[in-house]
Amino acid sequence: MKNKQNLKARHDGFKRMDTSEIVFKIISYFIVTIFALFCLYPLIYAISASLSGIQAVNGGKVVFLPIDIQIDAFKDVILEKYFWISYSNTMFITFYGTIYCMLLSILGAYALSKANLFGHKFLNFILIFTMWFSAGMIPIYLNYIQTRTILGNMGIADQKWLVVLAMGMSAFNVILLRNSFESVPKEIEEAAKVDGANEFQIMSKVFVPMSKATIATVALFYGVSRWNGYFWAMKTVENIYDKPLQVVIQSEIATIQEQVSEYGAQTVGAYASQSFAYAMIVCAIIPILLIYPFIQKYFAVGVNIGGVKE
Amino acid sequence: MTLASEYEIENLEKNYWKNKGKEILKDWQIYVMVIPLVTFLILWKYFPISSMVMSFKYYRSDSSFGGGVYTSLFIGLDAFKVLFNSADFWTAFRNTFVLSFYGLVFGFPVPIILALLFSEIRNTGYRSVVQIFSYLPKFISTVVVTSLIGLLLSSSSASVNAGVIGGIFERWFGLTNMLSSPSCFRPIFIVSGIWQTAGYSSIVYFAAIIGISPTNYEAARIDGASKMQQIRYVTIPGMSSTLTIMLILRMGSLLKIGYEKVFLLQQQGSVGSTYETSQIISTYVINNIMSNGNINQGIGAAADLFNSLLSMFLVLGSNQIARRVSTTSLF
Repeated sequence: MKNKQNLKARHDGFKRMDTSEIVFKIISYFIVTIFALFCLYPLIYAISASLSGIQAVNGGKVVFLPIDIQIDAFKDVILEKYFWISYSNTMFITFYGTIYCMLLSILGAYALSKANLFGHKFLNFILIFTMWFSAGMIPIYLNYIQTRTILGNMGIADQKWLVVLAMGMSAFNVILLRNSFESVPKEIEEAAKVDGANEFQIMSKVFVPMSKATIATVALFYGVSRWNGYFWAMKTVENIYDKPLQVVIQSEIATIQEQVSEYGAQTVGAYASQSFAYAMIVCAIIPILLIYPFIQKYFAVGVNIGGVKE
Repeated sequence: MTLASEYEIENLEKNYWKNKGKEILKDWQIYVMVIPLVTFLILWKYFPISSMVMSFKYYRSDSSFGGGVYTSLFIGLDAFKVLFNSADFWTAFRNTFVLSFYGLVFGFPVPIILALLFSEIRNTGYRSVVQIFSYLPKFISTVVVTSLIGLLLSSSSASVNAGVIGGIFERWFGLTNMLSSPSCFRPIFIVSGIWQTAGYSSIVYFAAIIGISPTNYEAARIDGASKMQQIRYVTIPGMSSTLTIMLILRMGSLLKIGYEKVFLLQQQGSVGSTYETSQIISTYVINNIMSNGNINQGIGAAADLFNSLLSMFLVLGSNQIARRVSTTSLF
C-alpha cells in the first residue's frame, strides 16, 4: 500500500519533467513494449503456425498471423488418442500430486513452526539441508527405480503413483509456509486453545485461513511444477499408458522433426507436419494460459526474499 | 530469596526426561503432523544421500560384483581416479562454470534494467499488462520451450524452409544448422533463459524500486540531477541491498544449472554434436553413465558427489557473505 502511494507521489512529482526524464520515459515505454512482444512472440507464432496452411508453413511465409487458415491440425490432435491419455495422466499427476504435496507441506510446516515440538531445530535442519545438498542423479534414479519395484510388488501397477508419491516435494515451499505460520499472532492461537480446540482444529480453522495468500502461492508452485514435470517421469515411468504429457509431446515432436529433416516435409495434405507439433504445444499450454490471469496476483509472495530466513 | 537446594536440582534433572515425555504425550498431535514430511524426506531425500557411498564401490546396475549399493565391492577412490583422468569430465566441469558464468553476466542485469523501465511506466493499466505478459514464459514447461527453440531455429532443407528465427540467422549471418553447432549452444541457452525468467525475476527489483521514497527523487531534481544521475545516485543506492543479496545468491547457485533444459536442448541437435560446449556435469552423468548399465555406476555417483559438495560449499559460502553484507540471508 505504502509502495503504491510512493509510486503515485513520485509520478505526481514529475508534472514538470526535464528533457532527460522525458527521453528516458519514451525509451522505457518503447523497450518495455518490445520486451513484452519478445515474450509473447513465440507463443503467438506457435498459434499462428498451427493454424496456417501447408504451403505457408513449408515456405516459411508465416511470420506473425496465420495464413491460409486450416483447423485440421487441431482436429487431428484432438483425434490422437494417445496424446489425450497422456493429457489425462498429467491431470491425474497434477491433481493428486498437488494435494499430496500440499498436505505434507502444510502439516509439516505447521508442526515445524511450533517451538514446543521436541527437536524442532533438528527437524528444521534436516529440511533445510536438502536445499544445500542433494544426492546426485544416479542415487536418485536408483531410488526411484527401487520405489517403482516396491510399489509394483504392493500391487500398485499404475506408475503415475510413483510420480505422485515420490517426486515434487520442495523444502523451499515448506519454509515459505512455515514462515507464514510463524507470523500468525500467538494470542489468536491461545484464544483457540482456551476454547478447547485441538491442534488439527487450530491449524485448519485459524492458521490456514490466515495464510491464504501463501498457501495459494505454494499450491500454484506445486501445480505448475507437476504439470510441467519431465525428466524423472521420462526416466522412471515405463508403461506407455502412464506417461505424462510432457514426455509424450517431447518424443512426438522429436519424431516429427526427425522425419522432416530426413525425408523432407510432406507436401500433400491440409497442413504441414510442423503445424501438428505446434498444435500439440498449444494444447499443452492452454491450461496454464487459462489459469494464468487468476494466479498472477500471487506472484509477489513467492519472491519475497526477506521472508525466507531461519 | 532461597536458592534451590542441591537435592532439588538433582530431582529436577532426574525428572527432566519424565516431564519432557509428559509434554510430548500432551502435544502428540504435532508429532503426528510432522511424520509424513519426515518420512518423505527420509525415503526420497536422505535414502539417496546415503546411497552415495556407491561412489566408493564397484556398482553395476546388472547387479554383478556383489549386488546392491551397500553390498557391492569396495574400491576406495578408484572411481574418482577414473573420473579425474577423463577429459570428458573436465570438459563438463568447465562447461558448467562457463555456462553459469555467462548466464550471470548476461542474465543478471536484464531483470534489473527491466524493473527500472517498468517503474517509469506511469499508466498503471498498461504497466500491469506488460508485466503480466513478461512473467508468462516462466510458467511454460521446459519441454515446450526447447521444442519451440527446435522448431523456430530449425534450418532449411530441400523441401522445407527454415524456422522463422533460424531463417533470419541463415539469411543475415550465414549460420546454418544452429541446433547442432557447438558455438551456438551457449547463446541459445542464455537468450532463451532470459526469455524464460527475466520478466519474473524483475518482480523483486521492481518491489525494491517502488519502495524508494519519492522525496529522494524530489531532492535530486531540485539539485538539478538529470534522469541518469537520479538513477545513479538515488535508484541504485536505494535498491543496493536487494542487488547485493540477489547477486550473492546467484553466485551460490552457480553450479545449479537446470540440467533438464540442457539435456533437452542437446536432444534438439544431432546426437552429441554440441557436447563440447553443452555437456555439464549432470548431463555428463545422464548421457554417459545413467543410460549405460554396463559400466561402473559408481563413477557417475562420484561425479554427483563432487558436484553436490562443490555446490554446497558455494551455497553456504555465499550465504555466509550475504549474512555479513546485509543481515538478510536465505537460510
